[in-house]
Amino acid sequence: MAGASKAALDSRANLPFVYRQYSPEQLRQVLHKMYLIRRFEEGAEECYMRGLIHGTMHLSIGQEASAMGICMPLAEDDQITSTHRGHGHCIAKGAEVSRMFAEFFGKTTGYCKGRGGSMHIADVAKGNLGANGIVAGGIPIAVGAALSSKMMKTGKVVVSFFGDGANNEGAFHEALNMAAIWKLPVIFVCENNGYGMSTSTARSTAVKNIAERAAAYSMPGVIVNGNIFSEVAEASFKAVERARAGEGPTLIESKTYRHRGHSKSDRNRYRTKEEIEDWMANRDPITLFETELRDFGFIDDQGIQAIRDAVAKEIADGIEFAKESPAPEIATLENYVYTEQA
Amino acid sequence: MDAAVRELSYAQAIQEAMAIAMDMDERVFLMGEDIGVYGGAFQVTGDLVERYGTDRVIDTPISELGGAGVAVGAAVTGMRPIFEFQFSDFATLGMEQIVNQAAKMRFMLGGEVSVPVVMRFPAGSGTGAAAQHSQSLEAWLGHVPGLKVIQPATPHDAKGMLLAAIADPDPVMIFEHKLLYKMKGHVPEGHYTVPIGKAEIRREGRDLTIVATSIMVQKALDAAAALEGEGIDIEVVDLRTIRPIDRQTVIDSVKKTSRLLCVYEAVKTLGIGAEVSALVAESEAFDYLDAPIVRLGGAETPIPYNPDLEKATVPQVPDIIAAARDLVKGVR
Ligand SMILES: Cc1ncc(C[n+]2csc(CCOP(=O)(O)OP(=O)(O)O)c2C)c(N)n1
Ligand SMILES: [Mg+2]
Repeated sequence: MAGASKAALDSRANLPFVYRQYSPEQLRQVLHKMYLIRRFEEGAEECYMRGLIHGTMHLSIGQEASAMGICMPLAEDDQITSTHRGHGHCIAKGAEVSRMFAEFFGKTTGYCKGRGGSMHIADVAKGNLGANGIVAGGIPIAVGAALSSKMMKTGKVVVSFFGDGANNEGAFHEALNMAAIWKLPVIFVCENNGYGMSTSTARSTAVKNIAERAAAYSMPGVIVNGNIFSEVAEASFKAVERARAGEGPTLIESKTYRHRGHSKSDRNRYRTKEEIEDWMANRDPITLFETELRDFGFIDDQGIQAIRDAVAKEIADGIEFAKESPAPEIATLENYVYTEQA
Repeated sequence: MDAAVRELSYAQAIQEAMAIAMDMDERVFLMGEDIGVYGGAFQVTGDLVERYGTDRVIDTPISELGGAGVAVGAAVTGMRPIFEFQFSDFATLGMEQIVNQAAKMRFMLGGEVSVPVVMRFPAGSGTGAAAQHSQSLEAWLGHVPGLKVIQPATPHDAKGMLLAAIADPDPVMIFEHKLLYKMKGHVPEGHYTVPIGKAEIRREGRDLTIVATSIMVQKALDAAAALEGEGIDIEVVDLRTIRPIDRQTVIDSVKKTSRLLCVYEAVKTLGIGAEVSALVAESEAFDYLDAPIVRLGGAETPIPYNPDLEKATVPQVPDIIAAARDLVKGVR
């Protein structure tokens, strides 16, 4: 994205990174998208409760700043691989919520034509190579995309999102090593929300911080507060610069929290109500960013309300679009298994 | 409640078997992802961690390859681990330890060790979980000498076969269809075993043998009940074990009915239906056949997310009814 003008920059010299790097309009758009992610998740949850969507889903409520901060410095044709908790990544990379809802409703207008659902949501045209049902499944794929970028000299940078739980899969370690030895333009983003399903990182992981894993693969390991948009965006910005310059991968650990249960069948028995409430009340990423924007004079209450209203309409329209879209014909059951030859 | 009619769900039956085994034998312990305080993704381990503690109900990191291998290593050296894969689809991550190590270690070492490990795999479609959480991969493991592979179809068998698996000195892989977990049925109290390698005739009939596995057993029984009114008398064989397969029960049944329909959820091609068809074709039952053998299996596609597509991917009761009717009436 284009940067801010010189005069504007001078007046913001002492503000955090994003306020120096991006225009007020761009930052207001970030707030818009954070709300879009939040309301999308809430809308999907409600549709699920009302029986309009089947299966299960993993909501990213509470992790919006992480998705937005990482994607902020990416260009449209940069690529990402995402996870089972991937709705936020998808929106952050530029997807339309209407086609995401359509996918959740199993419709042909959905991003995966009703075949993938929540866990496989993707938007290949916008560089999202897909969420993944397999923990750590997307990490080597991101390294492969980065290898393509290097071999085909496209200049693309690839981001691999994954959770803290994924750092104990072999695929994670094998992928980081290859990215390092081949100096590939890939950024490993661990969204550490404290738990892999019910298992805390303290119980699952030998190192205290997942960023420490980077040392084993000779790449920078950076820890950021994943609920502070500016911190995440700054780390991502540096990692993207490094990747584009051919200097190789970075591991970013974005410390955050999921407000909801792991999936729709979680009784939250492994964490306390107080812990959840503390994160919701005191460290909500949208509240933090919105407050900063207002305090620094980038937006006023009216502007905030306008964003909320616009988002509400976008969500309602998206659900309507999904409901009205056609379902796939049974006769098409075996489509897309192989590349259809004309 | 009257002990003779005590009912448990399939999931409760498995949990009870694990508890009995842990009470009887200190070497038995459980490993898997989120099987402790979470109770397992399908609540099969439930509150066992409260009763047996975290030393015997061990939450692993998300590390299927390593976890399966740790279970194999513990089994070889004196323990009796029961390893839960959270979904059978993740067998693909543990495959190296299952196929190259667990299955072959006794053989490669000339019988110097045995590998008494049990692995449990929640399997199958019907939950809207899409392509990577809905597969039926049992035939993959059924292809490997050294493994035993079972698919209990009732709560009674789930408990009895799991207890047999725990007592078995060799690696036993149990595929549990997720839609069966809530199925209720009679489950005797206490310890009992249901033998591995023995099929069960669930319904006797004269006109057609349906050999079914797992959730398809109940669907086959429903189809058979529906066709009774048309004067079609169906025998339903619950295969229960796919390695080692109970050839004799299948052959005897086909000799009696002269017709064979195989019904299974996994992708039709190169699956259990091919094996059952071939074993009949290779046996004396071949001469008794009055019609070509028919297989009804999953479509040649990954499991789709859309619920109607998902249902259409695997055999349903009306599909079984139609296939059985056509076979008996000679429509093929
Ligand atoms: C290989 C594999 N193992 C287990 C699972 C089941 N599972 C899905 S998400 C999840 C927890 C993942 O935790 P984390 O990576 O921290 O991501 P989060 O859910 O916290 O976003 C587990 C165990 C899976 N999908 N794939
Ligand atoms: Mg996590």
